[in-house]
Amino acid sequence: MDLTSLTIDVARSAVQDRRTTALALAEAHYERIQKEDGQIGAFLTLCRERAIEQADKIDRMAAEGKQLPPLAGVPVGIKDVMSTRGVRTTAGSKILEKYIPPYDCTAVARMEAAGAVILGKMNCDEFAMGSSNENSAYQPVRNPRDLSRVPGGSSGGSAAAVAADMAVATLGSDTGGSIRQPASFCGVVGLMPTYGRVSRYGLIAFASSLDHIGPLTKTVKDAAIVLRAIAGRDAMDSTSADVPVPDYVPELDKPVRGLKLGVAKEYFGDGLDDEVRHAVEAAIDKLKGLGCEIVPVSLPHTPYAIPTYYLIATAEASSNLARYDGVRYSHRARGVKALSEMYRRSRDEGFGPEVKRRIMLGTYALSAGYYDAYYVKAQKVRTLLTRDFDQAFTKVDAIVTPTSPTAAFRLGEKSNDPLSMYLADIYTVTADLSGIPGISIPCGQTREKLPIGLQILGKHFDEATILRIAHAYEQAA
Amino acid sequence: MKVTQKDVAYVADLANLDLSDEERTCMLRDLNSILDYIDRLNELDTSDVPPMAQVSDRYGVDQAKQGSERFAYASRQDVLEGLRKSLPHEEALANAPDPDEHFFRVPKVIER
Repeated sequence: MDLTSLTIDVARSAVQDRRTTALALAEAHYERIQKEDGQIGAFLTLCRERAIEQADKIDRMAAEGKQLPPLAGVPVGIKDVMSTRGVRTTAGSKILEKYIPPYDCTAVARMEAAGAVILGKMNCDEFAMGSSNENSAYQPVRNPRDLSRVPGGSSGGSAAAVAADMAVATLGSDTGGSIRQPASFCGVVGLMPTYGRVSRYGLIAFASSLDHIGPLTKTVKDAAIVLRAIAGRDAMDSTSADVPVPDYVPELDKPVRGLKLGVAKEYFGDGLDDEVRHAVEAAIDKLKGLGCEIVPVSLPHTPYAIPTYYLIATAEASSNLARYDGVRYSHRARGVKALSEMYRRSRDEGFGPEVKRRIMLGTYALSAGYYDAYYVKAQKVRTLLTRDFDQAFTKVDAIVTPTSPTAAFRLGEKSNDPLSMYLADIYTVTADLSGIPGISIPCGQTREKLPIGLQILGKHFDEATILRIAHAYEQAA
Repeated sequence: MKVTQKDVAYVADLANLDLSDEERTCMLRDLNSILDYIDRLNELDTSDVPPMAQVSDRYGVDQAKQGSERFAYASRQDVLEGLRKSLPHEEALANAPDPDEHFFRVPKVIER
C-alpha cells in the first residue's frame, strides 16, 4: 500500500482495520515532505510532536477496537492563517514571524476532534493577499506540475501539498478565490463553503465579510467529508450560521439527471484562454450527457466584480491590520524612542509591498471625502452582484464556469503589475461577495499539461448540490 | 491622476506607515492605476440600491426580521468569564516583544 496516495476514507479504514497505523501514515508523509518540499516550498512549519501525539491517540483507539471518527489518522496541513495553539502561525508575514497562538482556530480544533493528524502549516501569500503565492514573506511556492509556474494563491501551499501527495487534505481560506484558483492551478479539488457555514474563529482576519475557510482535497468525496467535520454554528463567531449541516457523503451518489445548470456568457468573454474555454465547454457537454439541463443565465454585473472586491476587501483589511502595532504580539522595530514611531517603523519593517498597497488603498477608500464615492459605492454594487445570483438561482440549481481565465502562469510573470494579478480572480470574486458556495474541480489540461479547473457555484447553504454535480463529473471524467 | 504625492503622505499617516521614498513613488503609480480601473463602477446608477455590508443579514434564522435583528441567536450575556476563560496572565504576555512581569511595555507615549 502506497501510504501517500490514499484518499480520506481509504486511509481511515486502513487505520481502523489495522492494515496500517496513523503513525505510519504520518511518517510516510513526513518522508515525502523531506524528499519533495525542498523544491516546492509548501510548508512553513512542521509540527511533528503534535502530529505524533495525535497519531498515537488514534492508534490506541484502533487497537482497542473503537469506532474511529471520519478523519482518523488522516495527515493534513493547515494554511498558516489559521491559529494553532503552541505552533507558530505567521500568516506568511514577517510581522508575525515569532507568533505562537495561545488557542486553536475552531476549524483546526474540529479537524483534530474528527481524528485528523496535523503535519504542519502551509505557505501562503502574506495575510492571504495574492493570487500566485509570490507574496509570501518566506518563500514562493512552486507548482508541483511545473516548477517554473506558480501554484496560484493565496492558498498556494495548501494546493501544492495535496497535488504533490505531501498531505491527504489541507485547509485553505478564500476571500476572493484563494481556495478555488490554486486548486485549479494545481489540479486538485477546492471547496469554498457558504459564508457563515464554517466558523472564522481563529482565522487571522483579512476581510471579515469575505473570509471563508474550506478544504483542498484529492477527490470531491474527501471535500464532502472535511466540510462535514468543520461546518456548523460556533458561538465564538457571531457570523457563523445556525443552519443544520447535512451528511454530505450519502448525497453524492444521488442522480444529477434533471438538474438545471446555468451557463453565463459573462464568464466566457474576453481574456478567457482558448484552451481553458474548450476544456470547460467539454465539461459542460459531459454534464449534459449525464442528464443535466443546460440553461443560459445572465449575470450582468460580473464585469464590476473586481473593482467592487478591491474596494471592500482592502477597506476591511486596512481596519483588520491596524491591530499589528508591535505592542502585544507582532514584530516591534528596535531602537525606537516614541510610541508613534514604534507603530510606524514596526509596520514598515513587518509588512510586505502588496500588504502595504492594500492597506493604503483601503485607507484611502475609507478616508473622509472618499467614503461614499468608493466604499459605499462598492457596497451598493455588491448588492447588485448578489441580486444577479438571486435572479439566476430562481431558474437553475447551480452555475458552471471556468475557475480562472488561464492555467498556471510563470513565476514573475505578473508580479510587477498588481492589476493584471487581480484579474486572475475575475471568475471567483463574485461568489465571495455574494456569500454563495463554490467548488473547483479538475477538468482536463492544456497542451503543456497544466491543469484546468471547472467551477460550480451553488445557492446559499446548498453545498450538497454542487458536491453532487462535482462528484458525478469526477466519476464520469 | 487622482492621487497626488500629498495624498499618499496623508493616507500613509492615517495608516501608521512611514514608507520609503521609493515605496511612495510606487504607491502613487499603483494607486492611480487601480483607482482608474475602479472608476468603471461609476457607469452604474446605484442611487436606489441599498449597500450590502454583510452576507449574513440575508440568512439569520428569523425570516420575519431584518438585518442584525435576525441575529438574536448570536447575542449573549456580557459576563466576565464568557464563552472562553480569559487567558492566564503569562500566556497573554508570552508573545509580547517587551513585557515586564505584569504589563506590555511601550516607549514614551507623550512626546515633548
